[in-house]
Amino acid sequence: MTKTSAEIKQEMVKIYVANTEYEVPSNLTIMKALEFLGWRLERGVGCRGGFCGACSTIYRLKGDHKLYTALACAAQVEDGMVIAQIPINPANKKLYNIDSLKAVPNTMLEFYPEIARCISCNTCTKACPMDIEVMDYVQAALRGDIAQAAHISFDCIMCGLCATRCPAEITQFNVGILARRLYGRYIAPKYKQLSKRVDEVEKGKYDAEISEMMKADQKAIAKLYNSRVREKD
Amino acid sequence: MVKDPYPDYMRESINKVEKTREKRVKETLDQCSPDDITDVLNKFHPDFIKEQKTNLRFGVSKGEVVPLEVAKIIETRSILDPKKVDLNKIDFDVDILIIGGGGSGANAALWAMKNGIKPENILIATKLRMGDSNTTMAQGGIQAAVREVDNPAMHYLDAFGGGHYENEPPLVRRLVKDAPFMLKWYEELGMMFDKLDSGEMEAIHGGGTSRKRMHFAKDFSGAEIMKTLRDEVFNNKIPIVEFSPAVELLKDDKGQVAGAVLLNLDSKEYIIVRAKATIITTGGFGRLHIQGFPTTNHYGATFDGCVMGYRAGAPLKLMKSVQYHPTGAAFPEQIVGLLVTEKVRGKGAQVLNKNGEQFCFPLETRDVEASLLIRECLGKGNGVVTPSGQPGLWLDSPLIDLIHGEGTVEKNFAAMVRQFGRFGVDMIKDPILIYPTLHYQNGGLTIDENAQTPIKNLYAAGEVCGGTHGSNRLMGNSLLEISVFGRAAGISAAKNAPKVILGKLTLEHVTNYNTLCNEHKVKNPPSPIIFPDYTSDKHKGRLLPTDFLT
Repeated sequence: MTKTSAEIKQEMVKIYVANTEYEVPSNLTIMKALEFLGWRLERGVGCRGGFCGACSTIYRLKGDHKLYTALACAAQVEDGMVIAQIPINPANKKLYNIDSLKAVPNTMLEFYPEIARCISCNTCTKACPMDIEVMDYVQAALRGDIAQAAHISFDCIMCGLCATRCPAEITQFNVGILARRLYGRYIAPKYKQLSKRVDEVEKGKYDAEISEMMKADQKAIAKLYNSRVREKD
Repeated sequence: MVKDPYPDYMRESINKVEKTREKRVKETLDQCSPDDITDVLNKFHPDFIKEQKTNLRFGVSKGEVVPLEVAKIIETRSILDPKKVDLNKIDFDVDILIIGGGGSGANAALWAMKNGIKPENILIATKLRMGDSNTTMAQGGIQAAVREVDNPAMHYLDAFGGGHYENEPPLVRRLVKDAPFMLKWYEELGMMFDKLDSGEMEAIHGGGTSRKRMHFAKDFSGAEIMKTLRDEVFNNKIPIVEFSPAVELLKDDKGQVAGAVLLNLDSKEYIIVRAKATIITTGGFGRLHIQGFPTTNHYGATFDGCVMGYRAGAPLKLMKSVQYHPTGAAFPEQIVGLLVTEKVRGKGAQVLNKNGEQFCFPLETRDVEASLLIRECLGKGNGVVTPSGQPGLWLDSPLIDLIHGEGTVEKNFAAMVRQFGRFGVDMIKDPILIYPTLHYQNGGLTIDENAQTPIKNLYAAGEVCGGTHGSNRLMGNSLLEISVFGRAAGISAAKNAPKVILGKLTLEHVTNYNTLCNEHKVKNPPSPIIFPDYTSDKHKGRLLPTDFLT
């Protein structure tokens, strides 16, 4: 017979924060565990859903040398977790004007020459909480393959864990966004109908129809609304 | 052997879902009639529970119907004591102050710059990092009437009807007319929207749309927009102060808004920003957890902008209306409340009860859909209840691959597959459990179509505003709203700021508001609250008293 939630005793685990041992419920995320300890977070917290990269965390499991990375909002605590947070990364960010860039193989190397120092150690890939093949996109950038670099890095939330771990001191996530913007602007095919529609709107093609609806009383517009035909999926 | 994250009784329910899947591929239920809509909203939408609402007792929008949680933080004293603030020392003197570093704020800054304001004369103040916002987490997409079978007039009608005819017509007009322009600009900035080989952007339906016009970047639409806009803000060296929430607006002796007082979260000092134009882009209020609902919102969504604006005399509208996204994660416990994008339904996933049966059309407008789900669980008892007591219904994600081919879920919902995968739930193989979650602030500060509030020098854009969406926002119109009105605010502020002459700075409006609160014997904690408090009660009783804020 399945136990009710009241009957199930909450399992606790030991975690270590700043050299102190604490007991926290085992089903909490790292972030909620810190709040359980009474912390009111101001740094290392953002969307709480794995999208924004604010809660970059590194940890070990007591007695083990291996270093792990995680997002505090998305990782469950484990027994023996020794936790440290890295709420900011001192990124190398180069400034550029997307309008005057050229989508040629050397562009990424030009702005981030340090990508040539990549030693293919794959530490960045191991650090990434989004399962991105980070080294692969850095290597693609080095080769000048903008499209590859853009596609591989797409899911990047710019949390900085890769850059923090990189022995070649590359700021991978800034190389990634440059590649994506170059791709989106210069390589991906343009949406021609979009330009056409912008033009039509500017020339006032839909003004009269919208004007009519703005003046219509509720009964009239409700009639229009309820007689819409929904395009098939 | 991976442990099944689902307890036995939930796995049994999933088995029922699997049994009905083949027959459901061709099964489409009818949409609600207008009468059905009225009925289910009145009986099951949280907005219609009268005991959860109250009327504002004082201020410029006295009488306005608001949720109890909103009344608690607006009918109260400021956390700032005007007597302890020296307004003679000005820390930043700028043309434009932008409060909030999300999608609207970034758009406002960039378009102000494009309309003649030098970057160094702009300041973006944000409580967390630049880019920390609800924009970042928006998954579904951005509406724009681009395709030949579609046009802005149809978009207008969809938005106006979806909003129950309570939208401000000029705001809807601006929203739909500027949409193609903003999408084109985003393409030029290099955002990677999903496209066909021809260059045509992929487009799907959202709840309440009559044409497919939701454009997206996998399920990272908001993140893609925010990351790129933020990159542009950095590239243009627009000054930013992070971890510095605004706590009150400044006015001058002529009654016009003149900037804001910020709080440096690290040093706890106040920062005086004098500005010829102030733009509020502080986003929503999900972290107030209206009626105890979990939320999809980011940590800083605490209604600060409305509180500050209200104290300065800026009216609010449509605060009675709160959007609950029909599909927030209901399991596992670690991610309860997080957004499961409407796009999952857009791609064919059906909503099912514990017996694996459909009970409603999956893409009604959000308020209707949420009410239908609540009715199925609380009204008819046909929901699944998780071990932690959370009710929920199944969203049949595996149906998507059955309809569109293997790999569709993985390709389109990479972020979500990962989110669930971290806790052992495989949404490609198994349906996921969902329940309505607090998502969007339909109401807010009133603006005209140029993003101007009724208070001189005060502008607002994005979720903090009310009127664009009436009493129910359509999917994809929020990423559009931040784009169109963020730009509108930047342009308006840039046009007007050079003509502004500011007088003597004052916080008298705050003093007066505090007095009003005393007269009404208000007992609420002070506001803005800046961040929610997730510490347990055992900690709250032992806090060391400090008085540096008031």
